[in-house]
Amino acid sequence: MKIIVNGDPTVSAASTLADLLAELGKANDRVATALNDRFVPATLRATQPLTDGDRVEIVAPRQGG
Amino acid sequence: MPVFYGTDIASRLMLGTAQYPSPAILADAFRRSGAGIATVSVRREAGGDQAGQDFWALIRDLDVALLPNTAGCHSVREAVTTAQMARELFDTNWIKLEVIGHADTLQPDPFGLVEAARILTEDGFQVFPYCTEDLVLCARLVEVGCQVLMPWGAPIGTGLGLNNLYGLRSLRAHFPDLPLVIDAGLGLPSQAAHAMELGYDAVLLNTAVARAGDPAAMAEGFARALEAGALAHQADPMEPRDMAAPSTPVLGMPFS
Repeated sequence: MKIIVNGDPTVSAASTLADLLAELGKANDRVATALNDRFVPATLRATQPLTDGDRVEIVAPRQGG
Repeated sequence: MPVFYGTDIASRLMLGTAQYPSPAILADAFRRSGAGIATVSVRREAGGDQAGQDFWALIRDLDVALLPNTAGCHSVREAVTTAQMARELFDTNWIKLEVIGHADTLQPDPFGLVEAARILTEDGFQVFPYCTEDLVLCARLVEVGCQVLMPWGAPIGTGLGLNNLYGLRSLRAHFPDLPLVIDAGLGLPSQAAHAMELGYDAVLLNTAVARAGDPAAMAEGFARALEAGALAHQADPMEPRDMAAPSTPVLGMPFS
């Protein structure tokens, strides 16, 4: 399956958003996610399926003004 | 001291966390200034990048209230989704709402700002809108639920100070009971003091401190200036006049 993760084309075997985070080594990190421009709460990641062409955003805390 | 959405804040300084020479200097700037609120953001992190995790550990140790932003968002959708991600990441309903309308000036998009503020307020957020001093825009923001306004002093990162004194004074006069924060454009503590003398409640700044030669000293300078300006406002300043008036008594003047 080909998806876009943080703007980068990515080949993934993950069937859910939670699987993708585990695949990327981010399962236990403080991150938030969006799928196709819509926020996906952490509590729904395990039941959020991924399909070919999906655009996933994974963000973390960062410095800001 | 300011009260934002029912929360008392023990400082008039809201300080950004970007552009510091090092994390240690950032922490020192917060310690020396006593800033009560830190602004933060969300950015992409995938692969082996752990910068966000390290920053999270740093910011928790500051023991200040966190105000996440939607910096860089140019559309309502981007801003709303970014705010929702920030709420989960930072565990707060507070959001500094930025919807940028112009790439060169980073001027807020007033139309998108009101719409995003409405959506986020209905979703339970407590919105701190980065806005201009436009009275009509500010009235609309209040109508959709904003209980604080954050007009710019000047464009972000310019250090130009308070560009539109008339507009800022008018805003204060029209919203006498609403917390008002000068957000962006300040370069010097004297400008922050001026904002307090106008009756504003707080200032939010980043570049003026982070890009100073000694950021921690500059942060403390801003904190002291804010207190000086606030005291002056409470003290009911004299009215300026055009003609000189001697302060030393004229009565008893020799040779007269």
